[in-house]
Amino acid sequence: MRVKALESLLVEKGLVDRTALDLLVDRFEHKVGPRNGARVVARAWVDPAYRKRLLTDAPSAIAELGYTGGQGEHMLVVENGPKIHNLIVCTLCSCYPWAVLGLPPVWYKSTAYRSRAVIDPRGVLREFGTQLEEDVEVHVWDSTAELRYIVLPERPAGTDHLSEAELAELVTRDAMVGVAKVPPPGEKA
Amino acid sequence: MNGVHDLGGLQDMGRVQYEKQEPVFHAPWEGRIYGIDRALRFIGKWNLDAWRHQIELLPPADYFRMTYYERWLQTNEQLVVKHGLVTPKELETGAPDPGSAKSSPALTAAVASRSLGRGIPSSHDPKVPPQFKVGQRARARNMNPMGHTRLPRYARGKVGIITLDHGVYSFPDTNAHFQGEKRQHVYSVRFAARELWGANASARDSVHLDMWDDYLEHA
Repeated sequence: MRVKALESLLVEKGLVDRTALDLLVDRFEHKVGPRNGARVVARAWVDPAYRKRLLTDAPSAIAELGYTGGQGEHMLVVENGPKIHNLIVCTLCSCYPWAVLGLPPVWYKSTAYRSRAVIDPRGVLREFGTQLEEDVEVHVWDSTAELRYIVLPERPAGTDHLSEAELAELVTRDAMVGVAKVPPPGEKA
Repeated sequence: MNGVHDLGGLQDMGRVQYEKQEPVFHAPWEGRIYGIDRALRFIGKWNLDAWRHQIELLPPADYFRMTYYERWLQTNEQLVVKHGLVTPKELETGAPDPGSAKSSPALTAAVASRSLGRGIPSSHDPKVPPQFKVGQRARARNMNPMGHTRLPRYARGKVGIITLDHGVYSFPDTNAHFQGEKRQHVYSVRFAARELWGANASARDSVHLDMWDDYLEHA
């Protein structure tokens, strides 16, 4: 296998440390992922002051919850509303907010998503089962620089009684990329 | 470079294929090449812009045929040779050349556990004056450089509104080629969908791109 051969060569040459690779893989398989982002969203839903900080200085507000690291250094949170829907893409490569969502899924990096999200966002959203009314504005964010984006989705109706932790359980990765809405409790994403 | 990586606006790419319960890595080798990539970049021979450009240099048919992490593998093999960390013979045989010097890894486990949670900010103190103000109209330049650029083709020549000033960042078009950081302001620029795609697009929709000063002219 080519990767194995490359890894042994780099280790033998003293260019790469195997235990550092183990740490990196473990970090993204087990520690960093969309649960981080979900907790950020839930906090913003229950705490208006936090929501304000998140929308004006996302990296600091996200760091308050302990989420920092690569591809989260410069973050912008864009907020959905009854008449505004935001969608995140990277047409040129695969830029994605690792620190809060982990590594991107294959569809996000696919040529189909990257090409069509900017020219036909409503069509792409329909493929994800997200049907928007005609009078909703769609804002697509193409991550062409070092800014990384997440969507602050709308809090679903019928969740007034839920705790912050229960709300975080509802928030999906897809909603934070903007291809879906957060489903009301009891409905599967 | 007007390469096939610049995908925005193509229409013949099929439906988005969605995998439920997708694993972070689909096979162990994907995780290993991910780690190797990060560890090698940590050595500092190439920057993120140069790395992106190397992927863009993959032959078009390979770019489409390869999976995401196959691109990373190919790119890293090319970068280690290009920057003299590995000889072509070593890559071929899989063993260090006899008598070659042994380095010590830049990204050790200790460094990794300290630094992974910190990230590497790429913006710099804004001592550089901005060329645009929020609210101004700006036209994306019609430029077709042979090297790396982060100005997608679909926005070139189009007029948008500056909606945010993100601060000062290195300029990828020079940084990718080790020709200096050429620090300048980056803005969020909102383009109406109709400006980009014509009358059939929704009158309500828009696309926001992040753009450096050198990509823009007053309109």
